[in-house]
Amino acid sequence: MKRMPPALTLVPALALVLTATAACGGGGGGDAQEAAKATGPIKVWLSNNKEEVAWGKAMVEAWNAAHADQKITAEEIPAGKSSEEVIGAAITAGNAPCLIFNTAPAAVPQFQKQGGLVPLDDLDGGKAYVEDRTGSVAEQYKSPDGKYYQIPWKSNPVMIFYNKKVFAKAGLDTEAPKLATYDDFLAASRKIVQSKAASAAIFPAPSSEFFQSWFDFYPLFIAETDGKQLVADKKAQFDSPEGLRVAGMWKTMYDEGLAPREKYNGDAFGDGKSAMAIVGPWAIAVYGEKIDWGVAPVPTSTGKPAEAIKTFSDAKNVAMYSACTNRGTAWEVLKFATSKEQDGKLLEVTGQMPLRKDITAAYPEYFSKKPDYKTFAAQAARTVEVPNVPNSVTIWQTFRDAYSESVIFGKKPVDETFKAAAEKVTALAGQS
Amino acid sequence: MSQMSTATLAGPRRRVTTLLGRHPVGMVFVTPYVLFLAAVFAYPLGFAVWMSFHDYFFAAPGAIVDRPFVGLDNYKTVLTDPAVRRSFYNIVIFLVINVPLTVVLALVLATALNAAIRGRTFLRVAYYVPYVTASVAVVGVWLFLFSADGLVNSLLGPLAPDPSWLVNESLAMPTIAIFVTWKQLGFFILLYLAALQNIPKELYESAAMDGAGPLRTFWSVVVPAVRPATTLVVILATITGANLFTEPYLLTGGGGPNGASASPVLLMYQRGVEQGNPDVAAAIGVLLVIGVILISLVNRRLIERD
Repeated sequence: MKRMPPALTLVPALALVLTATAACGGGGGGDAQEAAKATGPIKVWLSNNKEEVAWGKAMVEAWNAAHADQKITAEEIPAGKSSEEVIGAAITAGNAPCLIFNTAPAAVPQFQKQGGLVPLDDLDGGKAYVEDRTGSVAEQYKSPDGKYYQIPWKSNPVMIFYNKKVFAKAGLDTEAPKLATYDDFLAASRKIVQSKAASAAIFPAPSSEFFQSWFDFYPLFIAETDGKQLVADKKAQFDSPEGLRVAGMWKTMYDEGLAPREKYNGDAFGDGKSAMAIVGPWAIAVYGEKIDWGVAPVPTSTGKPAEAIKTFSDAKNVAMYSACTNRGTAWEVLKFATSKEQDGKLLEVTGQMPLRKDITAAYPEYFSKKPDYKTFAAQAARTVEVPNVPNSVTIWQTFRDAYSESVIFGKKPVDETFKAAAEKVTALAGQS
Repeated sequence: MSQMSTATLAGPRRRVTTLLGRHPVGMVFVTPYVLFLAAVFAYPLGFAVWMSFHDYFFAAPGAIVDRPFVGLDNYKTVLTDPAVRRSFYNIVIFLVINVPLTVVLALVLATALNAAIRGRTFLRVAYYVPYVTASVAVVGVWLFLFSADGLVNSLLGPLAPDPSWLVNESLAMPTIAIFVTWKQLGFFILLYLAALQNIPKELYESAAMDGAGPLRTFWSVVVPAVRPATTLVVILATITGANLFTEPYLLTGGGGPNGASASPVLLMYQRGVEQGNPDVAAAIGVLLVIGVILISLVNRRLIERD
């Protein structure tokens, strides 16, 4: 066997040296104070939701018409497996835009750890602006260091959406169906499936992605606990009696075949496969025309009154990214895009609820014109966010795995599995 | 004098030969590929190994972050994580089904397609189409076929498994293995077709003279003659199989049910990209590379022994 010429053997060694050099290196940072005042053109990313793009384009047009020297270039978030993955990669590459109008609160701790976000408190009047606009709800979006790295922008408070036609077929009341308690909810679900009005009562995705719990366990957990987050004071909360009651309710749904264990390849509610869905106000625009729908708050074990029920906000926020050099302009754009006028336009175009104080009073004309949205608007005042803690995504994945194993597939007892997961989650939340 | 100058010239020439080999011009030809390998293979691999020994996370340029050396901590985290151990077990199940099935089906079908049969070109294309079709599209078709109320269960009627294929802990990984075998088959058939066309006709004639039938000819002529291709097929099927990601991500909703179809690469994506722990993901990756190298070496020894 011939030996490789020595020059070639140097290649891997050189690669390793380059590796170590690149890995240990680090670029110099810009002057944050100077950047905070700098003005000029900026780039922003919008979500690829059709309605949000329409709003974003109009907002950019309005800004650019009045600021020829500080123009905004807007693009949709580049395609990827998820927006968070793309944003994370852009932070690492140093080419993130100034503002992203689709920043998931669950991803903020990770982006912050990466050094990818600008604390809004460091900008002129930043903290006061966030708190004045959003009120006490803003507190949930504060990072553990006490600063805001995101402006609470819009929420999609989740509720139970139901198909009146399917309910009628199952012999259920279509105007005020009994869905308030777990017993009510289970009884209605059994009627739907047994009458074959639909093959499933409700069809939350039973898959393992970390975010799926936001649309099955978490809204009911928030309602049952009067607004507790999954983690509070660096301690997991879901292994509490309330958490176990919620898990028990869902376990019954899966065990009795009222909620399927297999993911539906499409839109189960839209296709009439399920009678109910856990959704936000966006659903009105999506299903409004083709389904005769009704809406109810998520159930609680005791059937709390609707006006006392809290739910998951499913919010998307705006954050300023550290690659931004013209932060002065970016801050002005951020205030412009979240002004009362622009929030009203966002509500008009998307039906999503701006995260500002008392939106029904802020936009009375809109809600008198579109009363369907009033229920969601009332619910928007009672929303709870994902906890802003370190290892946020890992925590949600840990919880999802435990939930999958014990609740969806029933492989292990719920209490034991939740207890073990809670220990892991508490340890993760305590890390810096 | 002339002896002296020859000796003087021989010295540098020997040094050049030692450094660049006997045909230095060859270096010019291999350099682009070596650079390509260094950039897209050696560098990331080296980087991954480095990451796996450090507390590493992706950070913005200019961010001041501490990435201390942590020894084997990431490997301890990985090896004590039941989800990671399960994913390696899952991939072994996958390879045990996928690799032999690929070799047998690809060789048999290639032999059939190499013979003068009607519609040969159509069949060659038909087997190749799934390979060149985007996984996302093909997964959609399989979801339609293998979901609880899908076509396969409708045909099976009372014989349909309960829970259904993709949510059954015992059947999810075998279903994925069969899906991948079917999807990749066209490529491996192509490799075998190329090998089959290199078998000298004399070998078939000798076998016929000795009275060998089609089965005997296949076993005694074809199988030994395509052995180098079999080595390649086994190694490539092992490598692509060990890198399984799309199918558990899309077909079984993120490695479900309950982690029964999670693969190491899917966990690398979850840990490294979604959860921001590329150091742990790199440790999984390094273990996977070592595993694949070991399996490939064993395969090669077993297949190429006389």
